[in-house]
Order: sequence, then C-alpha cells, then structure tokens
Amino acid sequence: MSAPPKGLNGAQIAWRAAQDIPEGAYVNLGIGLPELVADHVPHGREIVLHSENGLLGVGPTAGPNEADDELINAGKKPITLRAGAALFHHADSFAMIRGGHIDLCVLGAFQVAANGDLANWSTGAPDAIPAIGGAMDLVAGAKRVVVLTKHTTKDGAPKLVDTCSYPLTGRGVVSRIYTDLAVVDIAEGAFVVREILEGLSLDDLAARTGAPLSPAPDIRALAIQKG
Amino acid sequence: MIEKIVPDVGSAVAAVEDGHVVMIGGFGDAGSPTELIHALIDKGVRDLTVVNNNAGNGLIGLAALLKAGAVGKVICSYPRSSHSVVFEDMYRAGKVDLETVPQGTLAERIRAAGAGIGGFYTKTSVGTPVADGKEVRTIDDEDYVFETPLHADIALVKAQTADRWGNLTYRLAARNFGPIMCMAARHTIVQVRNIVALGDIDPEVVVTPGIFVNAVVQVPNPMSERAAVQDEQGYP
Repeated sequence: MSAPPKGLNGAQIAWRAAQDIPEGAYVNLGIGLPELVADHVPHGREIVLHSENGLLGVGPTAGPNEADDELINAGKKPITLRAGAALFHHADSFAMIRGGHIDLCVLGAFQVAANGDLANWSTGAPDAIPAIGGAMDLVAGAKRVVVLTKHTTKDGAPKLVDTCSYPLTGRGVVSRIYTDLAVVDIAEGAFVVREILEGLSLDDLAARTGAPLSPAPDIRALAIQKG
Repeated sequence: MIEKIVPDVGSAVAAVEDGHVVMIGGFGDAGSPTELIHALIDKGVRDLTVVNNNAGNGLIGLAALLKAGAVGKVICSYPRSSHSVVFEDMYRAGKVDLETVPQGTLAERIRAAGAGIGGFYTKTSVGTPVADGKEVRTIDDEDYVFETPLHADIALVKAQTADRWGNLTYRLAARNFGPIMCMAARHTIVQVRNIVALGDIDPEVVVTPGIFVNAVVQVPNPMSERAAVQDEQGYP
C-alpha cells in the first residue's frame, strides 16, 4: 500500500456534510464533530437547528462576552439564539424527535455496520460508564440519520464494519456516513462509495473498511471547501 | 390564603427524608437548583435515589451531594462529562448504582408519572441492550418497547419567576426538565430568582401552573455552576 493522501480534518468533514442539508430542514446536531456542521451551512440557506435540551433556532457559538450559563447546546457549550427561536421543555423536545418532526440528525459513531446499525454510546468495557443521552431517541425518530466520523480509530481499526461489536444505539438507522476519506451510503445492507478522497484508490479505502465496499455508478472525488 | 413561599432553603427542603426518590432539574450548567441541593447536604439526608439528566459536575451541586454520601442510586441519561469526576470515581468503586435511560425515555417516563399514565410504548431502544427484559409490541408493523412511569417523592427545580401560588416561568435553556419534574413528584420544591405579586405573571406566559408546585424559595443570585467548576469550588 502506497503512502495515502492526507484525509480531511474535522471542519472539512463537517463542511462536506453541511452541503447536503436542504433548505428549510429542521436539523439536530449530535455532540462533538457534528456540532461543527452549524458553522458550515452554505450562506443563504435557511435551516433550523434543534438542540435536545429544549431549543429550536440555535445560532452560532457564543463569543466570550455573550456566553450565558443558561443558554447552552446539547454539548453543554454556550450558544446563541437566532431570530425565530423557540424554547420548550424536555418532553416536548423529545416529542419533536420521537414524533418524526426532525428532518435530519447528524451523529458521531464508534461503529457503523453495513446494514445501517449504529453503536455510539458504550464500548461495553467493564469499567466503561454507559452514556446514552438523546442518541437512541434521535435514531428512532429522525427522518434521516447521517454519521460524521473518522474512517478508522486512532489505532487504525475500521469504524465501518460488517457487524457492530459494541452495544447498539439503533438497528438499521444510518443512511449515509461522512468520513475523512469518503462519503459512503448504506444501500440494501451494503456500503456504497459515493465520493472518495482524491489520490486514494478504492482498494486503499477497502483496506481501511471492515466490510465490502462497492462504488456508486457516478462515484466522484470527495468535495473539499475551496479557499 | 395560599402561600407557597417559604423563607429560606432550609425550610424549603424540610419534607425531604432518607430513602426518598428526588428528581433534580438541570441540564449541564443550565437549571441546576444548586442552592436547594446544598440545603439537602446541610440536612444530612441519606440513601437518596436521584433522577437527573447527568451525574454532577465539579465539586458542587449534585456532585457534592454524591461526595457527601447521600445518594445510593442515580437514574440519568448521560453520566459522562469532562467534569463528572466524583460520580465516575464512586461508580467505579461500587459506591453508587447507575440506571442509564435514553434521554427522551427519561423525559417521557417523568411526564407519564405526572400525567397519570401507566406506561407507554416507544420506538426508542428497540434492538438495543436497553430493551432487554422489556415487553416489545408490534404496532402498525413497527416495534415498540414498553416503558413505565417514573415517580418521585420530591422534585428540586430552578425557575426564574414565581408568585405565591407557585406559578412559574423559566429562563432560556434552564427550563429543560423543570416543568415535567414539577408534575411528577409528590412534593415539588422550587428556587427562583424573582418573586412577584399574584397576578403579575401574565397567565399567557405561565409555563408551570402552581398546581404542580408545593414550596417556593427565593434565591436572587444563584451560583454559576460553570464558574464554580472552573474555580474547583466545593460544598460545604
């Protein structure tokens, strides 16, 4: 295997995912990498960000002088509200989620399987502290679930796998995965590569993936933000 | 005359007893009734089961209550955070039990208790270890897991403004679990920044009607959890 080209950084993965969010969508962003998606929504495209702790119309991250302890997102980070925002309690917030009112949910992952199974809450290790948060509700209720993740773990193990070895968050819930190396769809129980990092071969990608891959008929180079 | 306002946090928590199930509002730094929690530490109650979204931050509030040895079990959705060291150490040492519940299921179990609902079926957790041992029912070709209501003896909640009937408004993301916890507990205790005369809260903007509230105490300048965690401030 030749030296691989450098993969996208977190902001670039978030940018790529943000390009696919349609005008008018109600969107929930998970904790961590998905939070960056908010900073990369194309200018002029109006979307409404939902935060599980009772906010619709989340605006940009709060600057140091405008941070308010009582205005935070699901990741507990200080945020702002944009014009048109609404506040509500937790049961209503999860009625929005479970009731199918959220168009798109963007989550992180420990593992995603070729059949769309997602594991992102526990490694199952004996001393692990299981932390579910809103992820199980989001995957059960959002109309579409996509994942943002590095293609492999820090140790190089594939995160796109044949079968999740960690406890599941949901069965068959993921539609698309944005990684530092590719955009991968889940179609009929298999990984289909829609975009691949320029300079990386399909064999290189397959070597970093734990289940078979097939190229989409119109496979393209992975789009990267210009400038 | 209905008068739910009490003079101080000590009298506000007078009804809390050893072994109680205590719901505590708040999500991250927003909405924690920190002064009421500290009053529980002063009171010295033991063997509580605490229901909260998280499991405490830094060395104040719920983390301090855990450290004081007052809590036998935590029911929450997300016990991990960058500052949840007290809980993590106690959990790994076997000093506190944990029940992890998906956040929306936690909220709906609380709401169901307050609304007199005997349980509900949810799509959340189907096919995961959380559903193990629970009834799964197929409704219109979709699988749902049966969940039961979560009742409490006590709720501790932070709100923004109250009147003497216990009508409440909240502020920003500090609302979170407050309204549903007020409904679910047999006895609900609320700390507020402001107390106003009856009639001064526009009925259109009341979020929690006073019927769900038993005691209100004014804490005009509640501590900032974020600042206390940064300063490694503890309690007592």
